[in-house]
Amino acid sequence: MQAWHFSENAYPYLPDERTFDSIRVTLPNKHYDPKIGADLYDRYIDEWLIAEELGIEIMANEHHQTATCVDPAVPIVMGILARETRTARLLILGNPIANRNQPVRVAEEMAMIDVISRGRLELGFVRGVPYEISAGNINPTRMQERFWEAHDLIMRALTTHDGPFNFEGKYYHHRQVNIWPRPYQQPHPPIWITTLNPKSAPKIAERGYIAASFLTGFDVTKEIYATYRAHRDTIGLPQLGLDRFAYAALIHTGETDELGYEGARKVLWYLEANKVPPHFANPPGYSSVEANVKALRANSLAGPQAHFGRTSVEEQIAKGILFAGNPDTVFNQIKKLYDHVGGFGHLLMMGQAGFLEHEETVGSMKLFAEEVYPRLKELSHAAAPVAGSGD
Amino acid sequence: MSEDPSQHGRLVIGELALEALRLGEGRPLLILHGGGGMEHAPYLDALAQHFEVIAPSHPGFGGSPGPEAINTIDDLAYLYLDFLRDLARPDAVVMGYSMGGWIAAEIAVRDTRDFSHLILVDPVGIKVGDRWTRDIPDVFAMPWEEVTRRLYHDPERWLPNLEEMSDEQLAIIARNREALALYTWEPYMHNPKLKGRLHRVDVPALLLWGESDGLVGRAYVEAFAAAIPGARLETIPEAGHRPYLEQPERFVQLVRGFAG
Repeated sequence: MQAWHFSENAYPYLPDERTFDSIRVTLPNKHYDPKIGADLYDRYIDEWLIAEELGIEIMANEHHQTATCVDPAVPIVMGILARETRTARLLILGNPIANRNQPVRVAEEMAMIDVISRGRLELGFVRGVPYEISAGNINPTRMQERFWEAHDLIMRALTTHDGPFNFEGKYYHHRQVNIWPRPYQQPHPPIWITTLNPKSAPKIAERGYIAASFLTGFDVTKEIYATYRAHRDTIGLPQLGLDRFAYAALIHTGETDELGYEGARKVLWYLEANKVPPHFANPPGYSSVEANVKALRANSLAGPQAHFGRTSVEEQIAKGILFAGNPDTVFNQIKKLYDHVGGFGHLLMMGQAGFLEHEETVGSMKLFAEEVYPRLKELSHAAAPVAGSGD
Repeated sequence: MSEDPSQHGRLVIGELALEALRLGEGRPLLILHGGGGMEHAPYLDALAQHFEVIAPSHPGFGGSPGPEAINTIDDLAYLYLDFLRDLARPDAVVMGYSMGGWIAAEIAVRDTRDFSHLILVDPVGIKVGDRWTRDIPDVFAMPWEEVTRRLYHDPERWLPNLEEMSDEQLAIIARNREALALYTWEPYMHNPKLKGRLHRVDVPALLLWGESDGLVGRAYVEAFAAAIPGARLETIPEAGHRPYLEQPERFVQLVRGFAG
């Protein structure tokens, strides 16, 4: 198993949330102090560097117009990390390619990071959460179609080395595509795609990409992985190893259960601070008609996107969304989920959020690296049924 | 098509079968609905006393299929141009509400051979203000309560009662929302070229505007009317964006007076 340190570079110093409608899209950036922001970038980048020292891999993502994630351009932060690190794998999960109007530019950025890092890029694509729609200025309908068209163009750009090609698709047009540099890894870096829903697993499965599920808990995660495997069977492709499955959760490891819970309480900021009104949380066409009917049936025009609101450490542990406690407790919680879903090869760890201080963040990472990670590595080694990768 | 005995008929255009309300007999009145979809309201029965009402749900709206190839207002304009050609009734009236008014205007700047009168009701579709100003408030960036408030003179009367609706009705709300976004997201609620083409409209045109419309403002609809040669603008008091629902009698009277 590989573990990844993931931080959204949050800016938590906000006014009382009763004074604003949304932490995303519309919260005025006068509430962002660039001097504090500069210190935060230093700190969060340092934490990624410490992850590498501890043998943990590195993961970053991007969101737009939000205090929850002040990384609106993931290639920039990963470009810095590509130069500042030497050994860690660098996972971008991901590029919101349905929201980016120039897929070829994405291919250029990714190839550049892969070369600077001498082949350490792990390349992820995401559809993007619903509240990215307004900030991304993108039509929320038919996003899956646009996502896969962008994917096809990016992959062709990364793997074409004999001169330019032209592209005239439904959503994108590009002339003379011939990126410089080309990727360091051949034929291309490993590809990851997030999925929160079993319905999107087959397209990931047929390409042998890594399916990453985010905060999907016990049953949905199990269904996603099972759908991936079942689809491989259906279309007559061999099953792949556990390295094709990734699970993202919140985590805090403490010396004691009490300290673990105390830190986890702060990490829950990630869920609780996410105040977003329905018109941004459920843009038209983002969710299926069926999902919208269920939400409307509950007499809510707010839509199907769950809002956590105030929650508890115990509740999120029970759902499999949070791992927290002393190292034994954390290991056992991860193992419980791992066994339930049929195993996974990557643990994506949301290790910092909100007001969790640098010392607390690093303390948890160290305890994890020293006392939990070695046991997880044994676990997956024993369980791995098939070796190999589908890319 | 007009012999379809069922009120909830269909409208077959090429390979596409749209859900459609078909009411009454007489001069054909093609009604192009707005973002809320097509509903059978009493004013339609009043219109059906004088017209053959043909009111389809646009592709993706209501119970109409939403084929992949159709995704722009332009596509809808050509679709209904095909229908008007098939109908072969040069005395037909084309009437559009809001987004449907945009479709109707796009039809009229292309070809008016197959209809005789144009009615635009609280229409969107043109760019009037400067580039820093949305002419039409962004309905995708406001709570539904505010959208409802902007749609009606008396919003309290028109709040949807979700509890009383069937799953099929709820699915239609979701489909309509999605289809509206598909067609109008960007450029938001307009075609930058349309205003400059409106001079081509060479049939009599009537614009109707609900005085309490919180989406289409007075200056906007005045600019729309001014761009169409000879167009007349009538204001309907105590009505919002959907004057046919809030002032059905006045509405029917104005339509009849213009094209009856």
